Amino acid sequence: MVTKTSAAGAADTARDHRRRLLIHVGLIGFGLIMLYPLLWMVSSSFKPTAEIFSDPGLIPEEFVPENYTEGWTALQHPFHHYIWNSLIVVAGSIIGNLLACSMAAYAFARLEFKGKRLFFSIMLMTIMLPVHVVIVPQYILFANLDWINTFYPLIVPKLLATDAFFIFLMVQFIRGLPRDLDEAARIDGCGHVRIFLRIVLPLSMPALATTAIFTFIWTWNDFFSQLIFLTDPEMYTVPIALRTFVDSQSQTSWGPLFAMSAIALGPIFGFFLAGQRYLVRGIATTGIK
Amino acid sequence: MGATRERTVSAQEAGSAADSPRRRPRRGGRRSREGLAAYLFLTPWFAGLLFITIGPILASLYFSFTDYTLIGDPQWVGLDNYAKMLTDERLHSSLGVTFVYVFVSVPLQLAMALALAMVLDRGVRGLPIYRSVYYLPSLLGSSVAIAILWRRVFGADGLINQVLAFFGVDGVGWVSHPDYALGTLIVLNVWTFGAPMVIFLAGLRQIPRMYYEAAAVDGAGRMRQFFSVTVPLLTPIIFFNLVLQMINAFQTFTQAFVVSGGTGGPSDSTLFYTLYLYQTGFGSFEMGYASAMAWLLLVIIAGFTAVNFLASKYWVFYGD
Repeated sequence: MVTKTSAAGAADTARDHRRRLLIHVGLIGFGLIMLYPLLWMVSSSFKPTAEIFSDPGLIPEEFVPENYTEGWTALQHPFHHYIWNSLIVVAGSIIGNLLACSMAAYAFARLEFKGKRLFFSIMLMTIMLPVHVVIVPQYILFANLDWINTFYPLIVPKLLATDAFFIFLMVQFIRGLPRDLDEAARIDGCGHVRIFLRIVLPLSMPALATTAIFTFIWTWNDFFSQLIFLTDPEMYTVPIALRTFVDSQSQTSWGPLFAMSAIALGPIFGFFLAGQRYLVRGIATTGIK
Repeated sequence: MGATRERTVSAQEAGSAADSPRRRPRRGGRRSREGLAAYLFLTPWFAGLLFITIGPILASLYFSFTDYTLIGDPQWVGLDNYAKMLTDERLHSSLGVTFVYVFVSVPLQLAMALALAMVLDRGVRGLPIYRSVYYLPSLLGSSVAIAILWRRVFGADGLINQVLAFFGVDGVGWVSHPDYALGTLIVLNVWTFGAPMVIFLAGLRQIPRMYYEAAAVDGAGRMRQFFSVTVPLLTPIIFFNLVLQMINAFQTFTQAFVVSGGTGGPSDSTLFYTLYLYQTGFGSFEMGYASAMAWLLLVIIAGFTAVNFLASKYWVFYGD
């Protein structure tokens, strides 16, 4: 490298520049292709239905915001009814996961007890368990409790820490916290409940935020269990409502359908923008310990 | 470690005799109190494990040996449900569809994820923006709205065909053609390569630069560095992504359901195993047969995961 003449060095940096530019052009082009369907969906939600079938472009020739009002009232209930139902399920799930999973995680990360290793590996295995294996008996159980067409089958399991993925995420996080503070608190006579509430939980805010954001997105998107447990249009959530929309008017009103689909994706996009730091960290930490 | 701690404690006790009588019982008490506290913290989880997970698993094993339609009591039929599987053509075709989906879309998705992670790891400026853009589809991919969009994008007069028409190519109705419908769902899964990509990126970060420098000094080109440094050090993460994405792919449901309108059509070409299970259990309420199907799915997923773990001995490289 020392022997290189300055002229060769300059040529090198020029070539470097060009290569870097090419990489950026490639990455941006690829990103556009990836996002194009989404952009097209949003723009199509402002197009008259006939134009959706003929125009692959992004700028509506005729601007039809009425798609939104039409879509809002196209089903049996106005669309905010389904949004409200979804929000109830989402809020219950977030509260459940935050409470139950953080409690379990504290026990696994900080306390010694008999059978800890066994229970920990059982917990890890339940992460991998396909929901389909338990859905039939769960349906029978909840049917016997008269819980079909209520939100209980969707919320109560979260209050019982069945989303073990989040236990794992929080265990990993709590293990990384320094123990000095809990030791100090213990010497001062604090019990485990107070150590948990006053020290570990406040320090675990990033992990709790990750849990809340992922729970929001997954519950908001969840289709399978909501499809099974909610069959009364009164109780429909956004995904189920969208599905009846597409089945009832498959050929006629794509404009309003796209409008409601865009609204359904809106909150996820919002949480993605607000919380991407937590999302990326959450994936990376649970991914590689 | 425990023994040395005992020893230091007893040395301390010997040093301060006045303190020792009070300390010993307190220490024992703390241990058991800690255990009690742990079980209290785990109470919700134990209840969930019992009632929502293990109980239903065992119940579904029982139901799989019965004929049960939710009306009346389950009738014990022995192995009938499992015998029926051997001759159930739709079950066989749904397994075929699912296998094609898993074994085509997961490798493609991971290859895409790794390729882009490699490019982004070269110190590209604006990395967080690219990472976010590529990651976004992973968050949206499983939603009903995206499945609806896919139906329109790959429809007969959809976006893809409009673009193809621009180049003078006459496209078919991709989602309504038995030969291509599954392909559109594979594209959808590949489209969500962002999540494994983020994991690859985090893994690439952990490979020390000096390995590449050492390889370069020894005269290794970029290709050689990729295959001799990057890939071996990344194998644990490739393995992790492979296991995770395979388990996910086996359970794909929403996209197939929405794109095919719940039927698995055209002519069962998108009848995923989970979709057939849903139709059996919650369409025709054959809970016994659906439970048997659920168990077969569990065995298949566990089997492939086990094979993955066994095979990993031969290709995954764990440091030192």
